Amino acid sequence: MVPLSWYLILAAVLFAIGLYGVLARRHVVAVLMSLELMLNAVNLNLVALARYLEAGAVVGQTFTLFVFALAAAETGVGLALIIAIWRNREVVLTDKMKLLKG
Amino acid sequence: MTFWAFIADFFVNVGAWLNDLLLGWGLTPFWATLILRVLGGLILATIPLLATLFFIWYARKIVARIQDRIGPNNSGVFNGPYGLLQSFADAIKILTKELIIPEGADVVIFVLAPVLMVAMSLAVWAVLPFGPSGMQGVDLNIGIFYILAISSASLFTMLMGGWSSRNKYADVGAFRAASLLISYEIPQMLSLLAPVMLAGTLSMQGLIQAQSVPFFIALPIPALIFFLAITAEIGRLPFELAEADAEIVAGYQTEYSGMMFGAFYLGEFINNFTVALIFVMLFWSGWRGPGVEAVPILGIFWLMLKTMIVVTVLFAFWAAMPRMRIDHILNFNWKFLTPLALVTVVVIAIADRLIRDAGITSAWGQAGLLFLTNVLIALGTYGLLYLAGKRQQRRLAARRFATLNLTSPEGENAG
Amino acid sequence: MTAIPITVQTVLFAIFAALTVGAAICVVTSRNLFHTALWLVLALFGLAALYMLLEAPFIAGLQLFIYIGGIAVLIVMVIMVSRQVMHPTEKSVNEPLTALVTALLVLAGVVWMIVQIPWPKEPLHPAQDNLLALGQALVDPGKFVAPFEITSLLLLVVLLGAIYIAKER
Repeated sequence: MVPLSWYLILAAVLFAIGLYGVLARRHVVAVLMSLELMLNAVNLNLVALARYLEAGAVVGQTFTLFVFALAAAETGVGLALIIAIWRNREVVLTDKMKLLKG
Repeated sequence: MTFWAFIADFFVNVGAWLNDLLLGWGLTPFWATLILRVLGGLILATIPLLATLFFIWYARKIVARIQDRIGPNNSGVFNGPYGLLQSFADAIKILTKELIIPEGADVVIFVLAPVLMVAMSLAVWAVLPFGPSGMQGVDLNIGIFYILAISSASLFTMLMGGWSSRNKYADVGAFRAASLLISYEIPQMLSLLAPVMLAGTLSMQGLIQAQSVPFFIALPIPALIFFLAITAEIGRLPFELAEADAEIVAGYQTEYSGMMFGAFYLGEFINNFTVALIFVMLFWSGWRGPGVEAVPILGIFWLMLKTMIVVTVLFAFWAAMPRMRIDHILNFNWKFLTPLALVTVVVIAIADRLIRDAGITSAWGQAGLLFLTNVLIALGTYGLLYLAGKRQQRRLAARRFATLNLTSPEGENAG
Repeated sequence: MTAIPITVQTVLFAIFAALTVGAAICVVTSRNLFHTALWLVLALFGLAALYMLLEAPFIAGLQLFIYIGGIAVLIVMVIMVSRQVMHPTEKSVNEPLTALVTALLVLAGVVWMIVQIPWPKEPLHPAQDNLLALGQALVDPGKFVAPFEITSLLLLVVLLGAIYIAKER
């Protein structure tokens, strides 16, 4: 079997890549996609720890279910906001969305 | 083992014989099982591809007969008796056509989309059980959920095809097809909850084993909802939006030609076949039939017989029904099918618990009472629709009456 | 460092991990937005395969169903509607160096913390079919029924909110 630390390091790497994407990317939808990567890294962490440490892996996987639901909710609202901003101001680049008033 | 006993459980016995053969050649058990599994996977992937040739012919025959004509027949050079070789001729034709890639299209995605669509359609075959034991790729304990997940992941191929074509019609077509598919996933999933509740398991083999009485007798409304949802999912009339020929040219397949279009067409027919198989396995007791316990290979025969009936109904839909408009389709889904599916799941859960608590253990007894529950739901739905229709008629009549303008003081005095 | 055993599990883990990390890197560096979305889908597929390796088939199915069939499709549809994929000559990142340094610092910190702890090399308990236990945990009053119901309420609020925000005035 694969040592647990490998899964945790993989999750950390994915988290860091997602963090770079959130901080650096210009297009708002790309930022959302990198955010999804970070959430997935957290999920991987949860499932790996549940498998290796917990008997039956129930609590870890239930937590993962909730992260799934919350990620879907957050993406839905985020995309709705992006569509609203796009409709009003025609901007999708983060460095152009600097002011609250247009 | 006698010859007939060998044939009776053909695939399992052949598998065991091959395993012994490979072990006898000196391979470790790991490599023997690996080779056998790869071989099994190849066979499972080839069967739908070959069956599609037959189904294309069958579809054209059924559609033709409903439209009062003959369809493929033995006139023509390569058609064979009853036009059976027509599909081969079509396949050869499509293979020899030029693959046109539009300028400005995203080449990698453009070529990948049909490949992935066929791959996803074939991926479902890994969990379908064709017989009592051993005639299955793998009996995942989340069988039906895996099928749902693959079909919802495969809708990406439509978006890829539509977007990479850089064509307005393809874009619109892909968008509408995707929105149609994600909308109809909900009643599909909800109506699946009913047989899963009754069987107590998600695995396909478990669902079939629990059907001593076919589920469409105990659960006619979920069966109907599931049938409508899968008709929409595979893009068959009356929900044929993805390639509505008269409206958006060919939807997301507009720019495809040659074998890439052939791959989309192939993927669609494989989807037809697969979805009919899934319906039979969930609601019509799959491979069960008289004599299967003794002769397991009969399971495939019964399965194919029932699937042919369902496929005939699907193709008859294709021939006989007009196409619905996108807003009608989505209205039908969100305002009728989804609430109905939700209500059905809740009512059937309650009824099932009541039936079990009342101690009725005979399968036909349970099925009969659940059937009565479904009839009650249907009557309730009909009643609600009737009342809604009455209200609409009253509103229309009131509006018509209000615009008649029988006595208008200004009119008389002005004239 | 002790020798790394070459078993089926290790090889499969290496393949899927490389696939996922490669796809993730392409997500954050691709210039074409649609390609980014497709790389994200590939990364999610890689993660689903890793969940299967971790004996969590239900979570893998959920990953396919929710993330790829729901969230990724939603993202792609928004991209197609807004039709803004960014011309390849425009820069796709701003201040990449700062972001890279931050990400690397975070990575270094987390990895340093991970290697301090003696994690087990083998799972402590054998794999079980926990589908039934998962379902029961979600409706057990002593366990997770409260977060479950609150999440349902949250999803309802999100549904209404998203429709309201994105409505055409």
